[in-house]
Amino acid sequence: MQDLTEPLVELIRRTSTDLPPDVEKALTAAREREDSGSAARGAMDAILQNVALSRRNSTPICQDTGTPIFYVRYPEGWSARKLKEQIRNAVAEATKRSYLRPNAVDAISEKNSGNNLGDDSFPTIHFEEVEGDEVVVDLMLKGGGCENVGAQYSLPNSALGAGRDLKGVRKAALDAVQKAQGQGCAPGILGIAIGGDRGSSYYASKEALFRPIEDENPDPELAALEKQLTEETNQLGIGPMGFGGKTTTVATKITGMHRLPASFFVTVSYMCWAHRRRRMTVRGAEVIYE
Amino acid sequence: MRALSLPISEEAIRSLNVGDPVALSGVMITGRDAAHKWMSDTFIKKTRQPQGDDLEVYEAIKPLLVGGAIYHCGPVVSGLDTKDYRFVAAGPTTSTREEPYQGDVMRHFNIRAVIGKGGMGAKTLAACKEVPGVYLHAIGGAASLIAQTVQKVTGVYKLSFGVPEAMWVIEVRDFPAVVTMDAHSNSLHADIEAKSKAELERLLAV
Repeated sequence: MQDLTEPLVELIRRTSTDLPPDVEKALTAAREREDSGSAARGAMDAILQNVALSRRNSTPICQDTGTPIFYVRYPEGWSARKLKEQIRNAVAEATKRSYLRPNAVDAISEKNSGNNLGDDSFPTIHFEEVEGDEVVVDLMLKGGGCENVGAQYSLPNSALGAGRDLKGVRKAALDAVQKAQGQGCAPGILGIAIGGDRGSSYYASKEALFRPIEDENPDPELAALEKQLTEETNQLGIGPMGFGGKTTTVATKITGMHRLPASFFVTVSYMCWAHRRRRMTVRGAEVIYE
Repeated sequence: MRALSLPISEEAIRSLNVGDPVALSGVMITGRDAAHKWMSDTFIKKTRQPQGDDLEVYEAIKPLLVGGAIYHCGPVVSGLDTKDYRFVAAGPTTSTREEPYQGDVMRHFNIRAVIGKGGMGAKTLAACKEVPGVYLHAIGGAASLIAQTVQKVTGVYKLSFGVPEAMWVIEVRDFPAVVTMDAHSNSLHADIEAKSKAELERLLAV
């Protein structure tokens, strides 16, 4: 089994410092929509300058490098135990090289571990054994500002007049975005899970954020709702940084799950404009980053 | 763009209005969740006895805060081993978590500028009028860009809180921000909140 520690450090470096092209493209389009001279336009200018600068200097796009969330798909014969050790070593090394901020704080003692290694969920690593012979590692860095404005609704919700259907889902999502204001670092990307239990629904809402910005949901009903929610949340007028403006949401990604007959959860994970996600594929001796 | 040097005079503060872009130069100090709780518990509400280096740190930060600025920021810092500190990434953190403390902290130290992102609430707005002070909104996530305005890290207090939560003393030049809460009781955040709420009600009724 290959030692992937160094390639994993490189994956972390790219994720923290080099914003994916689909996200940058969407932000550039959002900038064009804001009135020239407005605070919103000024915010988008600073955001795009920062994206270019971070890429050029290999410095973190945002100082809040979040919880590193890894999804590892590996073929038979690889050891998840060893991969986990390599990922944890890579996270500590990337912290030493200032690609990540030391972010793991013991909630009881208040002590920051200093190297981003905490309990078993910090960093978060999901493993799945798959067919084939490639190892694919997806990494997402999600900061605390946007994580804090995520929300979960249990439908029906009478305050919102939200029933157990897609119309109810729409109302819950609109409410979450209005409550977030600019605090999740708008313009944001919405990952929404419908169904599941409280825990699985939150995971699924984040997994939805791995989808490319411009892709279309294969389910036409969900595709229509994604489009509608992006448009309607933009009508709220919150705008970049909450300064007021035309773009509050860049894209919406919805996923459906199975649920218990008694439960109908709608979970909204809000991703900030600094949507840092990258993939690494190991094919034999070759390592490919995208 | 309005150039402001730290500390800021009362007159300059009163001349600022919501929407004004500013460029700050001078010495400021970072402080976020742990620092605000510590200041509040130990020196304002006094629910906790000073211990360790508390009093020493208090005396050291006081002159920096009078008429000065506190920045809600948990930076990425290099040179931790050699103490040759440099800010690598230093955007603002969400300010609303300091809402329970900020107004009293402003009054206690006579802080004239609170810098962060996302805006703050009615208690802080009231303190902005009283002290007087302003809330300056920096661009969330623009961490590399803002770090470039940090010329020097001149010191650090309470590193025991961890790198993000420590109080870093920094010298900045042309640090960019926008006034979103002023000393005249205006808040862009309250306005946007109200407008978006009305629009939400309309959409929920559809």
